[in-house]
Amino acid sequence: MDNKNIIARRVAQMLHDGEVVNLGVGIPQLVANWLPEGVELIVHAENGIIGAGGYSKEGEGDPNVVDAGGMMIDVKPGAQFIISTDSFGAIRGGHIDMTILGAYQVDSKGNLANWCLPNKMGGIGGAMDLVSGAKQVVVAMEHTQKGNPKIVENCTYPLTGAGVVDYIVTEMGFMHVTHEGIVLEEINPNYTVEQVLAATDAKLIVPVNLKAMDIID
Amino acid sequence: MNKVTTVSEAFSHIKDNDTIMVGGFLMCGSPEYLIHTFLEHPAKHLTIVNNDMGEYGSSLTPLLETGRVDDLICTWIVRNPAAQAMYKANPKCLHINPQGTLTERIRAGGFGIAAFYTPTGVGTIIEEGKDTRWFNGRKYIMETALRGNVAFIHASVADESGNIYMKGSSKNYNAAMATACDYVIVEADEIVPVGAIDPELVTVSGIYVNAVVPIPKKD
Repeated sequence: MDNKNIIARRVAQMLHDGEVVNLGVGIPQLVANWLPEGVELIVHAENGIIGAGGYSKEGEGDPNVVDAGGMMIDVKPGAQFIISTDSFGAIRGGHIDMTILGAYQVDSKGNLANWCLPNKMGGIGGAMDLVSGAKQVVVAMEHTQKGNPKIVENCTYPLTGAGVVDYIVTEMGFMHVTHEGIVLEEINPNYTVEQVLAATDAKLIVPVNLKAMDIID
Repeated sequence: MNKVTTVSEAFSHIKDNDTIMVGGFLMCGSPEYLIHTFLEHPAKHLTIVNNDMGEYGSSLTPLLETGRVDDLICTWIVRNPAAQAMYKANPKCLHINPQGTLTERIRAGGFGIAAFYTPTGVGTIIEEGKDTRWFNGRKYIMETALRGNVAFIHASVADESGNIYMKGSSKNYNAAMATACDYVIVEADEIVPVGAIDPELVTVSGIYVNAVVPIPKKD
């Protein structure tokens, strides 16, 4: 299995039936493919849908029904179309159980940088609201970027949120951001602890009861 | 009152230095007919308020390329090369907001609230230079209301008095922007007599709307 699906499958195991989630682009979108049996999510699309479904079949989509990436999607039974103010009210008001997103950098204090690289203006979009308002913030990303650590002691890129990240899931392991620092709770059995530490700039806390991450080779 | 009019009559209300709110999220619900027709208008030194400045193929790109727009108030400009170029030439032209903050600033502007406190952006560049205050042990940023001179709004169906039905996720910013501008211009896929839209399905009341413009049917 490729790294992206290893990550998405492990994040999917965190979810419970009926939870309201917002999925960022890329790896987070793959999470929906790996939900455990009996788990059905209510997907929030911040542009204005509660109960978003998958991409519409070619030729069957409605340009008035799109996700936050502008792609035409179907909606699930029980969905609601909402205006932007209500969509972000739901986010800030704490009605989203989990937001799953990618990152340029995450640091040991749970700071997240995922909207702006130095000298390149991208945009904030809904990311700052999501990390500030969702009950749980999960970063789903590959452990390094071209070999460079993305889990760092201190973020150097502009922050999306300060002290907001709860969990980090990469192909190397499952990490919990605590007040003491980042705890490596599970490790992919295909890596050694030394390999994970070498690929991480932040100090990782490795507990004595380090568990194996559930993966499919 | 019948508010159906021509696009040129509606555009006669737009002047130099105006702030124009443009509805839509990427291409969904984007008032493309109004933006495209506005390319020929002489008004300059404009400020555009829009979530993302559109994307490839959006009429916002050629509008920015006319040089008539000085400032952009938005959340994200990844898919508009003209907005990227404006930012490179003059970073001060870009006023970037978190999306929930921008949409709430517009709602506040429409609904008589001068400012509000939001937790979004605390500890980031968004906080810089703004008043902050603690409530119940949490820090919040004060954000101010935003209003425009003119709104460009897209409707799936409008009646002759300006009541609007917006289909699916095309409501996005269109609904709030229609309440927050002095002169509100609505383009509609379909225009129907007053009473033809079920009151249960009116997304935005005609009380906020000044002009309804039909979108010409493509041949």
